[in-house]
Amino acid sequence: MSGLATGPAKGNDPRLDRRAAMRALLDGRGDMLLVTGLGSTTYDAAAAGDDERNFYLWGAMGAAAMVGLGLAIARPDRRVLVVTGDGEMLMGLGALATVGVQRPPNLAIVVFDNGRYAETGMQPSHTDSGVSLCGVARSCGIDAVYDIAEETALTELAARLRQFDRTIFARIAIHTDEPPRVLPIRDGVLLKTRFRRALGAE
Amino acid sequence: MTELATAIADWRDDIFAALRAAEIRQVGYVPDAGHSRLLELCNADPAIRMVSLTTEEEGIGLAAGAWLGGQRAALLMQSSGVGNCINLLSLAKSCRFPMTMLVTMRGEWGEFNPWQVPMGTKTQAALELMDVLVYRVERAEEAGETVTAALDIAFNGGLVSAVLLAQRLIGAKRWVK
Repeated sequence: MSGLATGPAKGNDPRLDRRAAMRALLDGRGDMLLVTGLGSTTYDAAAAGDDERNFYLWGAMGAAAMVGLGLAIARPDRRVLVVTGDGEMLMGLGALATVGVQRPPNLAIVVFDNGRYAETGMQPSHTDSGVSLCGVARSCGIDAVYDIAEETALTELAARLRQFDRTIFARIAIHTDEPPRVLPIRDGVLLKTRFRRALGAE
Repeated sequence: MTELATAIADWRDDIFAALRAAEIRQVGYVPDAGHSRLLELCNADPAIRMVSLTTEEEGIGLAAGAWLGGQRAALLMQSSGVGNCINLLSLAKSCRFPMTMLVTMRGEWGEFNPWQVPMGTKTQAALELMDVLVYRVERAEEAGETVTAALDIAFNGGLVSAVLLAQRLIGAKRWVK
């Protein structure tokens, strides 16, 4: 097995490799802005290459989608991508209702779903027991919802992220492995200031 | 509302004027009866994007995102909602995101509902535990200048400020059996 998003072979497990998935989402990102959630999605983004237009959350569990919403409203001229994990999204499930009401056309929320709290020892999350984040997103009024479990669909999503004009929610099924951590800057003030400078807001 | 009533500016109008003068562009809120007039004023202003929240803590993330994008946000909530924000205030503090919270008080002056008292009596202490700068308004004539001062210190200094609008100012909620 080889290709864009599969990475090392994982037997018969069809789920995607998280690092390869993040690379696919960010490859040729243009001027898209990125917010990542607490934990592994922050390491995935750092592994794909640090960028001053990345805002990594090192805390604030449950807030990634809301940070993306505030940013998307403030900068309607830019596309905003939030990539977070299933545990982080579950903690702020109400944010999907808030996003569903606001529906900024320049906001995409992507959840890397391994059904696990990877950061704390791979304990199962609610999605492992069948809670559907795509179902929640649809019920909240987001109609561009994508449930991604294989490479072709991931490639299509990555292409869509370059030119979307309505709120997107996507869930990407990923392996439960834990690749070596790649730690970006942790200084919150520095992350904030360089991001604002990159946008000409500072 | 009569024409006469709308012509007489009250403290809620003063707060709205302060938000306008500070160029607040996003207002995140969980509604409270004490904020209803201010919410109407903000809703009617095309320069302000109103974001209704399912829980107050969403507002901290919203305000952080707004600032990342170059906009200023204020948060409107009742005192009971302050407790929901505590952990998320770590985000504001770690990154020095500026924001101002306007908090209508319950659980104090003439409170009917005892369930409001535990959070209402600890609202200020809870905010101060997270190093939020807290100001309190008891008298209508102080509302506008206090909110202006709270906005100034927050957005000039990368700080979180809160203005507690006393229940005595708002008027205790009257319950009819």
